[in-house]
Amino acid sequence: MSESNSREIVVPGDLLSDSPDLRAGTGTFRENGRIYAAQIGIKNIRGNYVNVVPLAGKYLPKAGDMVIGVIIEIGPSNWLLDINCPYPAPLHVNDVPWRVDFGDTARYLNIGNSVLVKVLKVDETKRIQLTLKEQGLRKLTSGRIIEIPHSKVPRVIGKSGSMISLLKNYTNTRIFVGQNGRIWIDGEPDDIRLAVEAINMIDREAHVLGLTDRVKEFLESKKKIES
Amino acid sequence: MSNDVLSDIKRMHILTLLESGKRIDGRGFEERRKIELMPNFVPRAEGSARLRLGNTDVLAGIKMDIGTPFPDTPDTGVMTTNAELIPMASPFFESGPPRPEAIELSRVVDRGIRESQTVDMAKLCITPGEEVWVMFIDIHTLDYDGNLFDAASLAALAALKNTTVPAEKFEKGEDYPLPVEHLPISSTFVKIGDKILLDPNYEEEQVANARLTITFDENGDLRAMQKGIGGGFTKEEIFYMMDVARRTSRELMQELF
Amino acid sequence: MGGHSDIVLIDENGLRLDGRKADELRPIKIEAGVLKRADGSAYVEWGNNIVLAAVYGPREAHPRHVQDSNKAIVQAKYNMAAFSVGERKRPGPDRRSVEISKIISEALEAVTMTELFPRATIDVYMEVLQANAGTRCAAITAASVAMADAGIPMRGLVTGCAAGKAGDKVILDLGQEEDNFGQADVPLAIVPRTGEVVLLQMDGHLTQEEFEEAFRLATEAALNVVYPLQVEALKRRYAASTEEIENGITNGLANPVPHEESAEEIVDEVTHAEEGVALEDMDASGEEAGQ
Repeated sequence: MSESNSREIVVPGDLLSDSPDLRAGTGTFRENGRIYAAQIGIKNIRGNYVNVVPLAGKYLPKAGDMVIGVIIEIGPSNWLLDINCPYPAPLHVNDVPWRVDFGDTARYLNIGNSVLVKVLKVDETKRIQLTLKEQGLRKLTSGRIIEIPHSKVPRVIGKSGSMISLLKNYTNTRIFVGQNGRIWIDGEPDDIRLAVEAINMIDREAHVLGLTDRVKEFLESKKKIES
Repeated sequence: MSNDVLSDIKRMHILTLLESGKRIDGRGFEERRKIELMPNFVPRAEGSARLRLGNTDVLAGIKMDIGTPFPDTPDTGVMTTNAELIPMASPFFESGPPRPEAIELSRVVDRGIRESQTVDMAKLCITPGEEVWVMFIDIHTLDYDGNLFDAASLAALAALKNTTVPAEKFEKGEDYPLPVEHLPISSTFVKIGDKILLDPNYEEEQVANARLTITFDENGDLRAMQKGIGGGFTKEEIFYMMDVARRTSRELMQELF
Repeated sequence: MGGHSDIVLIDENGLRLDGRKADELRPIKIEAGVLKRADGSAYVEWGNNIVLAAVYGPREAHPRHVQDSNKAIVQAKYNMAAFSVGERKRPGPDRRSVEISKIISEALEAVTMTELFPRATIDVYMEVLQANAGTRCAAITAASVAMADAGIPMRGLVTGCAAGKAGDKVILDLGQEEDNFGQADVPLAIVPRTGEVVLLQMDGHLTQEEFEEAFRLATEAALNVVYPLQVEALKRRYAASTEEIENGITNGLANPVPHEESAEEIVDEVTHAEEGVALEDMDASGEEAGQ
């Protein structure tokens, strides 16, 4: 039983380890002392955990996640948001920075509006609570929003933010990457377009080595053409 | 869960691009998406074709049976068209009896085929007043990314073109190819603001104010028209669309058939 | 089952109408990820059967009263296209489709980690585009691949296969005539990892020994032939993109850039959790590890 990191794709039910020293991590389950894959993904051992990095599956919100949502329904004292996960998420008037009268909710946030929100908590029945009350959270009124698989988000951010800094500096845009795979970009139209191209490149080549350098090369070559 | 909310930012993006003469997928205003045609996809049906129009994917199947003619048309065959918007094709399609959209789609596809006499129904008569061929056109939507009217009509047409009348099975002689005499090609447009676009994808449909489907035959004559969605067209817009439809449908016909 | 006919289903050499031996499967082809809108999808050709499966979910279940506050429900719907059978079928669910949908939902639920998604539904749609006996086994085989393609957490894949009796012989994977004029049909589905049987029906007339033989034929074929095709289809779907990219890059680079990141680091980055937590722990006396 190989305990090493291959780039091998595993499917649900594949045996990952029967070693008693390893513990079952994300994307896995344990049965009779053995650890198996629960989702299609790449086997990864880190420390003494066996994980499967999933190649498919929806974004599941966790408390503390900052995400980009779209208002899909309005109630008298709350809004319902699509945050690109299995459940629509409610935002209550108590959790927004304005004093909203009962029934007056549409005046502040209407159907179709996009917002930067934070996940306050997720309970055992997966009911989600959102907030707009913290620093930096707000309604988005300009720019563009694109979507990538949520599993690629860490790649767009990069180690210690290296990739996203690269993107922001070279394209001169404001970028916010939501944990739910939605990315907001604002700036001049041409700059936004360049940033979108670079992000699409990261999405396509996420599992490849030396990506940061390649993205840098790509951005530099585009800048040269323009100047 | 049955409606899709398009974000304001996305809507603005589409509109801004249109103002500078661009569409979100880079196409020209009069450009159709790539068409991939797989005839005879269901070999055991009398005829079939799977057609991809961009990411819209539909499957048309033709079944034939023998039945009695309608009393008022004793010497013509019978044709029925049914389009299913199955939940597989979109998160916003629900199971259950056909919704108005599915019925409209069925009827528009049917009209395009029937009114253009694609199949001469008189040739489907076996014994007048007693036995005629009954032809079922069934269309299954597999993947929805806009413009089902054109995708379904083209798939149905392609399916008819490779249909074999199963005469042997019913002991009515030898099998023979279904005589397809005309080729009605449908072209669907949407109006967004004051821009007219051919072959809308899903997002363009969401933003559209109005829609018009125009069907021409191989001689450049009109066979069917259907306007959809709220909103309206000016007379000039309608004649413009007819012009584009006539031109592009001729090219399409030559390319596909 | 058991119609009357003069057809000789098995000839003097033990060969069946289509030339197969008693323990031979029809040719099977499986592809994963064939639709764009669905969260997961799969396409199966099994002999002359053609089945397409699509999965949406997990997503919130509607209407409210079907929601289970403790777990997700699995709603599988089996449907035959009007043009899929000899005589055109009227659209809409018939009783047979409703029954098949139910047993397939139950079979898939047996391996799905539904506790992870309370109040949600996992919708599985199976469309039979061309039918030629054995559609429910082809359908569940496709459905399981589609669910894996959608990233639904499961304890294993589910694989279908049928065996039965025709021409007085126990045979594997009945064809159309064998189904119409044969003596018994045993469609089943297993979880190859554990051998657990999650779908089982029998119809016709068999002695116990004959059933055991049919059971053996079907489960072995499911495990040894069909299951590897499912796995291969899934791996091919995801491997293709990663490999193409890697090849494209190494071929296209005149001067390879120095690798600042190792493969380990990349995968580390992509893993969110600092400490992995298992989705489910069957060892801890039925309790699940938190997420």
